[in-house]
Amino acid sequence: MPLTQIKEGRTVRLVSIESGYGLKNRLASMGVRPQTEFTVINNHHPGPFMITVKGCKMMLGRGVADKLMVLQLNSENQ
Amino acid sequence: MKKINVALAGNPNSGKSTIFNMLTGGRQKVGNYPGVTVEIKEGKARRDDYEINFIDLPGTYSLTAYTLEERVARDFIINKHPDVVVDIIDASNVERSLYLATQLMEMQVPLVLVFNMSDIAQRRGLLFDLEQLSKLLEVPIVSTTGNKGLGKQQLFEAIKKIVEEPPQHIRQANFGTEIEQYIEQLKPKIEQKYPELTAKCPSRWLAAKMLEQDEEILKKITDPQINQQAQTAIQKIKGLLGEMPEMIMADHRYGFISGACQETVKTTAELRHEFSDTIDAVVTNRYLGLPIFIGLMYLVFELVFRLGEYPMDWLEGFFGFLGAGVENLWPEGSMPWLKSLVSEGIIGGVGEVIVFLPNILLLFLAIAMLEGTGYMARAAFVMDKLMHKIGLHGKSFIPMLIGFGCSIPAIMGTRILEDRRNRLTTIMVIPLMSCFAKFTVYALLIPAFFPVQWRGTMFWVIYLIGILLGILSARILRSTVLKGEDIPFVMELPPYRMPTAKAMLMQMWTRAWLYIKKAGTIILAISILLWVGMNFPRPDIEHTSSPQLTQQQIKQLELEHSVVGRIGGAMEPAIKPLGFDRNIGIAMIGALAAKEVFVSQMAIVYAVEEDAKEMSLREQLRRDYSPLVGFAIMLFCLISAPCIATIAVTKHETNSWRWAGLQFFGLTAMAYVITLLFYQIGSLFI
Repeated sequence: MPLTQIKEGRTVRLVSIESGYGLKNRLASMGVRPQTEFTVINNHHPGPFMITVKGCKMMLGRGVADKLMVLQLNSENQ
Repeated sequence: MKKINVALAGNPNSGKSTIFNMLTGGRQKVGNYPGVTVEIKEGKARRDDYEINFIDLPGTYSLTAYTLEERVARDFIINKHPDVVVDIIDASNVERSLYLATQLMEMQVPLVLVFNMSDIAQRRGLLFDLEQLSKLLEVPIVSTTGNKGLGKQQLFEAIKKIVEEPPQHIRQANFGTEIEQYIEQLKPKIEQKYPELTAKCPSRWLAAKMLEQDEEILKKITDPQINQQAQTAIQKIKGLLGEMPEMIMADHRYGFISGACQETVKTTAELRHEFSDTIDAVVTNRYLGLPIFIGLMYLVFELVFRLGEYPMDWLEGFFGFLGAGVENLWPEGSMPWLKSLVSEGIIGGVGEVIVFLPNILLLFLAIAMLEGTGYMARAAFVMDKLMHKIGLHGKSFIPMLIGFGCSIPAIMGTRILEDRRNRLTTIMVIPLMSCFAKFTVYALLIPAFFPVQWRGTMFWVIYLIGILLGILSARILRSTVLKGEDIPFVMELPPYRMPTAKAMLMQMWTRAWLYIKKAGTIILAISILLWVGMNFPRPDIEHTSSPQLTQQQIKQLELEHSVVGRIGGAMEPAIKPLGFDRNIGIAMIGALAAKEVFVSQMAIVYAVEEDAKEMSLREQLRRDYSPLVGFAIMLFCLISAPCIATIAVTKHETNSWRWAGLQFFGLTAMAYVITLLFYQIGSLFI
């Protein structure tokens, strides 16, 4: 499911990025790739997203979050 | 003494600037790329027999052609061929930092890796075997603590060693059999057709970039045969592996990195920034975020204006003293026109502008502080929702904030925006943020026309009108000329940290310098030009030597006869409906050069017209105009064509006269219409 549907505090694994190569490349260079796990810290509906990837905080525009297909992991991780 | 060039590369927020300051001390100059992030800083250091020129490249995550920073960094490496590249690795995020390193290795540059703040990372539970990692990557690694100055000696030694014994072979990630095979096929063709390119960068890298369809490289390698071959290769790879080559290459780079890190970087505990998380829980809170942000902005502007008042008074006194000094010390009767030029034109004109330097410095210091601590990125996060409504990203807000200081560094600052439409829209509306030059106009007019208890409110009203018009214009632009979908937006939020005073002061100075340069060059030139325009041509002696005329009438005759007087007169019918007379028209011409010239211009007009020493400029304005006209002037100054320097920067940054023209004429037309409506409707009531 798209990242936009994930609630704050949940940890997810990135499955795929449904977008052009510009964004895929950009995300890859920032360490966000398929199989990467990260936590949603802030989901400001309808505003931007805040996530932490390996201890690193990032902001994603809602447009980006819509394109990230993720798998929600066990909620024990929150 | 041998001269060597050493470039510093690294991710944004990796502590690159700290290392740069540690290596160069204070001695540095900011080079060709001023702006928020796209700047190249240079600094020198001497060590043993070497004079080392350090170049601080913009912080980037990779070396594609995706953003301007990346292009700047990459072009520098290709064209300037530094002897050594020092890549700063953020010890708390090794894998991502090494991604940039693999790309530097592909460019076959002699590399030194610096693990910055590894002591902190170790305390947090990361263990490194740097010796082993260095062996695996075949690259020397030095560990430093930039803010404590540790590791400086070792880094110099490593650089020296590379210069004395350049590495014969630089390791790079293998892209897998399929891709490697096509690279091998493309390589000889590129070498043969483009020897001048392969002299600068390795042919393997060029071939790989062809497969990645890198825009910049495609512009250089235009040979249809090579392009055809690359296209076929891309299609075959896609058919075979189900992905575009660039993604597969990214995977292989990460594979190469995790292979090297597997045994050498160990995590014993999950990395957390508790302190940052606590602050973020408050300042980016859904409900508290915006009020906190607005409160902070209010605080910044209060600070800037309250603290700025004192040095402003001193500077005003100083320039007054200087002008009076010239008047008094000037030898009686010798070249009176030159005396008037120096005391009224130059000292008066430039002085009026320099007086606002303390305010500018304070605002830029506050912005440097917000950026340095990491709050600015959060502000972009908080503002994103609102900015989105007007078709902009949260990040656009940073250059707009700088625009309250001066449009020039603000427009240069839009380079941080990746999306072209977003960037153009931001550039177009930045002049509507009341800059300090406009503030000088308000600061002259508001106390002249409004009672004390209303002054603060009037300032807010005029600033707010600018912001609202900016929002409106952005919306209009985004739904007409600059219509189109957003480029998705990703930004890192660095952990909060205390910036060093030196780093903040340096950043403040870089931006303020752009303003000082403007005062020293354009405004000085315009002040002289206007003075000439107001004093020449002189009327015939017979007209002015008549004994019936008073001193004041003579001066008025002279002004009417001058070039500026005539233009002002010619303009009068057009500006009359706005409530403006000739004098305002004359000052508005000057304001085109720079808004603050309006103030100096009014000062000159009135000094020329009569004895200004007896009545202050504000009192004269109050005598001659109504508060309605006063506000109309502010309105027109706020909206109308930005200064020439801004237009020049817009032309430079957009690389198009069309956008510069639209900014100039569009804003002026808007100013005319709004001021006209305001004055005409206002006249009905007052």
